[in-house]
Amino acid sequence: MESIVDREDGLNLKATELRLGLPGREESEKETMASFKNNKRASPESAVADGSKGDFDAGDGDRETAPVAKAQVVGWPPIRSYRKNNFQPKKAEGEAGMYVKVSMDGAPYLRKIDLKVYQCYPELLKALENMFKLTIGVYSEREGYKGSEYAPTYEDKDGDWMLVGDVPWEMFMSSCKRLRIMKGSEARGLGCGV
Amino acid sequence: YLSNTSTLSTKMAKSFPEEVLEHVFSFITSDSDRNAVSLVCKSWYEIERWCRKRVFVGNCYAVSPRILTRRFPEVRSVEIKGKPHFADFNLVPEGWGGCVYPWISAMAGAYPWLEEIRLKRMVVSDEALELISTSFCNFKVLVLSSCEGFSTDGLASIAANCRELRVLDLRESEVDDLSGHWLSHFPDTWTSLVSLNIACLGSEVSFSALERLVARSPNLRTLRLNRAVSLEKLHNLLCRAPQLVEFGTGAYSSELRPDVFSNLAGAFSGCKQLKGLSGFWDVVPAYLPAIYLTCSGLTSLNLSYATIQSPDLVKLVSQCHNLQRLWVLDYIEDIGLDALAASCKHLQELRVFPSDPYVVDPNVSLTERGLVAVSEGCPKLQSVLYFCRQMSNAALVAIARNRPNLVCFRLCIIEPRAPDYLTLEPLDAGFGAIVEHCKELRRLSLSGLLTDRVFEYIGTRGRKLEMLSIAFAGESDLGLHHVLSGCESLRKLEIRDCPFGDKALLANAAKLETMRSLWMSSCSVSFGACKLLGQKLPRLNVEVIDERGSPDSRPESCPVEKLYIYRTVAGPRVDMPPFVWTIDEDAALRV
Repeated sequence: MESIVDREDGLNLKATELRLGLPGREESEKETMASFKNNKRASPESAVADGSKGDFDAGDGDRETAPVAKAQVVGWPPIRSYRKNNFQPKKAEGEAGMYVKVSMDGAPYLRKIDLKVYQCYPELLKALENMFKLTIGVYSEREGYKGSEYAPTYEDKDGDWMLVGDVPWEMFMSSCKRLRIMKGSEARGLGCGV
Repeated sequence: YLSNTSTLSTKMAKSFPEEVLEHVFSFITSDSDRNAVSLVCKSWYEIERWCRKRVFVGNCYAVSPRILTRRFPEVRSVEIKGKPHFADFNLVPEGWGGCVYPWISAMAGAYPWLEEIRLKRMVVSDEALELISTSFCNFKVLVLSSCEGFSTDGLASIAANCRELRVLDLRESEVDDLSGHWLSHFPDTWTSLVSLNIACLGSEVSFSALERLVARSPNLRTLRLNRAVSLEKLHNLLCRAPQLVEFGTGAYSSELRPDVFSNLAGAFSGCKQLKGLSGFWDVVPAYLPAIYLTCSGLTSLNLSYATIQSPDLVKLVSQCHNLQRLWVLDYIEDIGLDALAASCKHLQELRVFPSDPYVVDPNVSLTERGLVAVSEGCPKLQSVLYFCRQMSNAALVAIARNRPNLVCFRLCIIEPRAPDYLTLEPLDAGFGAIVEHCKELRRLSLSGLLTDRVFEYIGTRGRKLEMLSIAFAGESDLGLHHVLSGCESLRKLEIRDCPFGDKALLANAAKLETMRSLWMSSCSVSFGACKLLGQKLPRLNVEVIDERGSPDSRPESCPVEKLYIYRTVAGPRVDMPPFVWTIDEDAALRV
């Protein structure tokens, strides 16, 4: 039946014919039916000979010209869709995370934290204390972080350096671009309410 | 004297008061025993049917709701399965059927005291859920396994109305997740929760509602959270439910904070009854040690969403000396399976899922060697599901010899028709060894390059085989003939993309009435053969599923896309969508 249709109008109806097995494997399919030993696809050498892997090594990051992922057959491999879906990253909305850089005076490299993990200032400060193994102490409106040689500061949207804790948490969350833990005289300077 | 035995037995049967027989029957719980009891004589049939409390319907179209409620008037617990297994892999078109509403509707009238409903692969609407919630005042257990068609609104009805609810288990269902608010519909006075599984839900439920729920549920044994519940909050729940036996985390990731870690570890160590863990999406390995103290008690561990590498997996499983069931991704690699074989001598079930199934080259070092190692090291291993990229006959023979106690063996070599990678031969001998040595084998899934010979082995040696799954295998009708003419215990056969056609099916037509169902898709069964089968075997529904339009519009010799044949006492379906046809006794096409 298929050959009749093919002859009739010379279009490439092979591409849309009903077939068993995977698309694009016409030759090897017929061979499989007749004699399994000639199944080209299965042998590693012929896979390379087909040119299907391209001529650069598999470790190369550029995968665009090599069909590393083959045309998918419906329902194969037999994995349930909920399992496939669960490999996707978490839903984007509200889950993007809010990472800001944290620098500490004297430390050789920066860190990054996700502000969304914290609900309030004390949690954030505790995390910073843990991360940098230091004591920041308790915030007070009048005296800042008295009793500690460190002061947590942040750069806001306007580019100004502010003391962490001065504004309500939500405002801080929406305006904080990066954090800096100041040390020494600079820290004490801020604490004097200048 | 001999001619009197039948009257004698009838007299004896009648001489026992019904109450005595009923009492005796109450100790008979297995369905097959109950069925046997009901066949002894008419009075036993009558007594049995009046006291059967639990019914299992393996195929919702094999019997009708009316037949069920008419025969068994006092049912308290019902389990019904809908779509065929291959629906899991999107081979059954959307809208095919399996709708539960007619069942709920019939049972709402017939079983006001119904307590338990368990459904698998059925289409469950919000209306059905609402009807459940308002029809059964004593309703206790709802398990929806791989179901779809409902939203969180339906769950809200259940929450609001089912005062006696103990179990709400949504395992792997596809839920239209409108919001997490439904959980707040559980009344504050409701304290009977025993098991809650919402792992399949996407959106966030109110954590404070969840917390209060857990706090007022002293009988809570199973709690499986969804991904949206963050790690930092887990300890709040665990501290309120130290009696938990099964726990599923949400996303297992957080910024590395010692206070979060110590809270979590402390909370886990407080759960002294914990036997099973699951969840573990987005795992941050540094938080895994928080569960180390629970490991020695664990019998079940589901890490199949945990994208962690082999060293972390090894550290974990090496401590789980009592592990009986492990589900894991192929990140475990051969090296991790070696560790599993060395540490987990009580392992009964192993499932290894592919982390990247659509890539040609292996992304991990997991081969047949890992499975061979587990088969050697784990003497109690009886159930295997294994995805891999290479296999050899030698490995399969070794596995078969090591583990003759296998009951379920499902191997998926990712590349269809992949031969033995060492010899390039078909894997007939390997699978043949499996069916030969594993005499208790009940379930088998084949893959790789296979000729008709493997089916000869299966047909003759697979005497206890109940379920067989075949894909991209075989050479001719002979293969199918071997299976249908052998396999005395076969109940479910599912086949895709095999060169099996009319001859084997027609020659073994009678076999189909001894089975629950046969599925064949992308094979070579002609419409003419389907008509013949439907005509000859009125107790079968022969369903042709074809999205190309009516089979009548094509020659009879044309193969059908998909074929689903099942035995039934309910006659042809009345709810078929436009792409499904059944064949009448007069071989007419019924839409």
